[in-house]
Amino acid sequence: MSEAREFKHIGQRTIRPDGFDKVTGKANYGADLSLPGMIWGAILRSPHAHANITKLDVSRAEANPDVLAIATFEDFPSVNAAAQRDGTQRDGMMDTACNILANQKVLYHGHAVAAIAARSEAAAIAALDLIDIEYEVLRPVLSIDDAISAQAPILHETMMTQGLAEPATKASNISARMELKKGDIEAGFAAADVIVERAYDTPTVHQGYIEPHATTVVFNENGPSMIWCPTQGHFDVRARVAQLLNLELGQIKVVASEIGGGFGGKTTVYLEPVALILSRKSGRPVKMEMSRGDVFRASGPASASQSLIKVGAKMDGTITAMQATLHYEAGAFQGSPMGPGCMTVFTPYDVENLYVEGFDVVVNKPKVAAYRAPGAPQSEFAAEMAVNELAKKIGMDPIEFRLKNAAKEGTQTIYGPKLKVVGLEACLEAAKASPHYNAPIPENVGRGLAAGFWFNIGGQSSVIINLNPDGTGTIIEGSPDIGGSRASMQMMAAEILGVAPSSLNPIVADTEHVAYNQTTGGSRTTFATGMAVVEAAEDIVEQLKARAAAMWNVTAEQVDFKDGVAHNLTGEDQLTLADICASAEKTGGQISGRANINARGAGPSFAVHICDIKVDKETGKTDVVRYTAIQDAGKAIHPSYVEGQFQGGAVQGIGWALNEEYVYSKDGIMENAGFLDYRIPLASDLPEIEAIIVEVPNSFHPFGVRGVGETGIIPPLAAVGTAVAEAIGQPISSLPCSPPKILKLLMSAQ
Amino acid sequence: MKSHISTTINGDPVEFLCDPSQTLLNVLRNDLGMTGTKEGCGSGDCGACSVLFDGELVCACLVLGVEAQGAEIETVEGVATHDQLHVIQEKFLEHAALQCGICTPGLIVSTKALLEENPSPTEEEARYFLAGNLCRCTGYDKIIKAVMDAAATMRQGA
Repeated sequence: MSEAREFKHIGQRTIRPDGFDKVTGKANYGADLSLPGMIWGAILRSPHAHANITKLDVSRAEANPDVLAIATFEDFPSVNAAAQRDGTQRDGMMDTACNILANQKVLYHGHAVAAIAARSEAAAIAALDLIDIEYEVLRPVLSIDDAISAQAPILHETMMTQGLAEPATKASNISARMELKKGDIEAGFAAADVIVERAYDTPTVHQGYIEPHATTVVFNENGPSMIWCPTQGHFDVRARVAQLLNLELGQIKVVASEIGGGFGGKTTVYLEPVALILSRKSGRPVKMEMSRGDVFRASGPASASQSLIKVGAKMDGTITAMQATLHYEAGAFQGSPMGPGCMTVFTPYDVENLYVEGFDVVVNKPKVAAYRAPGAPQSEFAAEMAVNELAKKIGMDPIEFRLKNAAKEGTQTIYGPKLKVVGLEACLEAAKASPHYNAPIPENVGRGLAAGFWFNIGGQSSVIINLNPDGTGTIIEGSPDIGGSRASMQMMAAEILGVAPSSLNPIVADTEHVAYNQTTGGSRTTFATGMAVVEAAEDIVEQLKARAAAMWNVTAEQVDFKDGVAHNLTGEDQLTLADICASAEKTGGQISGRANINARGAGPSFAVHICDIKVDKETGKTDVVRYTAIQDAGKAIHPSYVEGQFQGGAVQGIGWALNEEYVYSKDGIMENAGFLDYRIPLASDLPEIEAIIVEVPNSFHPFGVRGVGETGIIPPLAAVGTAVAEAIGQPISSLPCSPPKILKLLMSAQ
Repeated sequence: MKSHISTTINGDPVEFLCDPSQTLLNVLRNDLGMTGTKEGCGSGDCGACSVLFDGELVCACLVLGVEAQGAEIETVEGVATHDQLHVIQEKFLEHAALQCGICTPGLIVSTKALLEENPSPTEEEARYFLAGNLCRCTGYDKIIKAVMDAAATMRQGA
């Protein structure tokens, strides 16, 4: 639909509207708000990975004159002892509450136990020592193998495995099992000439946003209480805090500050409800900040995983069957992204016979949060590694092998729908034509290639556009901007209204100034909120036509609106948007456009990455020497920020594949809770990341947009893994490919 | 017992009282309201709090407030003149070298230090000089392009 369209603003590389404030230090992030009379909150955290709290006495802290308020689990009215006793406990809130402030049991190193608010940050931290707490230490469960063994301590005595053929009869650390199938898996493997079967594992990793969680709140008995925080979804912060504290939505206003990275990790609440309890008790504004160590120990992370993959193919390259058994660590409470992991694992392939089984497993680590395409990097890593090994076995080029089996329009997915038009084949063709793939592989270098799939979502977005009497305007949206989306909103509205993008100021409004918006996640913002912006702008165009018609004494049907100018079809008259706005007073008052939508038709985005890696055979150190990321954007509204998503996703995936992992002692103490020891990629670790934008339009979006934020983190794990395997001449089955691990492989081969 | 400190920040004489244990970062952000300098780790690992201290690039989280006595400090707030952006800031915007922007103030200050020390860095030199400034969003590609372009533009202007 949009292939042949000419655009004036879309596809340009404009300067982002929030850019000036961000390069000058004026932009305000989570920790940047202070209020008169404000006090500071601090959190007491568990030094143990698994323990019963046998004593929690806050009386000494309460008696300290610097201490103005204390919060514990008992301060959550929706789930506390009284609510449990009276049967008024809110469903589904227990885990959230217990994660924010532990209830009788701590389940990971760093688990929050109690909070104190005092006149200064230093006083609050010092007062934590006045809390008398005693623990009965329990054996921690730190791996999937341990958690599912018969001897494992049970984390939650009432947790029964859901999704078994027969209902579970005793408590387990497996919270849920799921199964997906298509065709006849046995027959599929029977028809195969070659089969690859291998087990893979990936470590616990963190989203690693540079801005720690922080919040400033004011409780207000008589009006809405205010929560300021960096979040991907301020409406969801409002909902969760309301549920935890038994408040109505209208009693809370959440202001989304600028957000210093999220990647899925800022889609839940940690500090906000605690700060509001402290503010209510003290009558003061309260500010709380996590340290970097707290961020690692008690927020995020992403699931560690174990995957067993079996793939069979005929010698002509036709894949006949694919099978996976996937285990995901959920952390201390159920709810890993095992579901999307199972749904995405084989979706890049059009194969008749598929079988996938998934398990959600609790362990004594922090409760996992979403991380960019949650669940998919782990499972698709395993699948892509096996596919590459199989292609090599039958002697086919990995691109040709994928093209022969590629998912396309009409492919029946394992999870339900048939795919609409998708861009996997186009990405594979672009990879085949890329300078990188056609360059010879240098000596001592391994090359790896992998594909990735992510669904993308639509959902609810609400937008208002107000025009000013001089024709400038404001776009009021409610999707926190984590990567430059305000620039895209400005460009899409400008395209419809025919004005300069810079004449429209996009703002992310608080929960009181725009209707509900779903969280920024699922790569939905440019697609769904963008669609709402387009509809709101179209709403304005209709009004502009009616106003011009009124000024010309014709009907609205006799007015055309094009490139920012209304034309009288019965004569020669023209009026610019600014002219019409200037006369709005005489034609019915000022002009606003509005759209409240539930966007359907999100288009999946496929990607293909190519990676060259050099391995130092003496130390096991790896160097990425060349990297290319190719992905289908549908239509790139702002190509620079689309490339930025590809590049950023690629580098997070490279970090996951090469360096990043949580290191625990046998007692479950996290030993690398800082950026020095949990090493995310540095500028000096990387080459240029070549980004190639493929555009296979999504017909459900007015400009053809597909979300691009998440897919890019999926292919790097197997592209890197395969490149390392090629460089050292041995299979890779475990991430990260850190120097000690690679050195061990190299030495075992000698 | 708090110390009375007299210092210069972005050319302005500034006085403040600070506790001996307070970091310069804490003073800037919490006492002086200069929140342009960001805190990412508090341990000198991420570079989000990079400032120039008597012309030297430091992490403000590793400097004590009392050390600022008599010093000249430059923060991100001092890089632009009025509303005129510095070339480095312009190039960061042109090249889309930021996504969330939390690392940007530190990177702008570090890039300024780099280009004052070495007006013609190679890409590799730029990558190593800026290795102390973590960015999780961009993969550094566009940051390095912005830095190289800023260097070239500044050389032309010099």
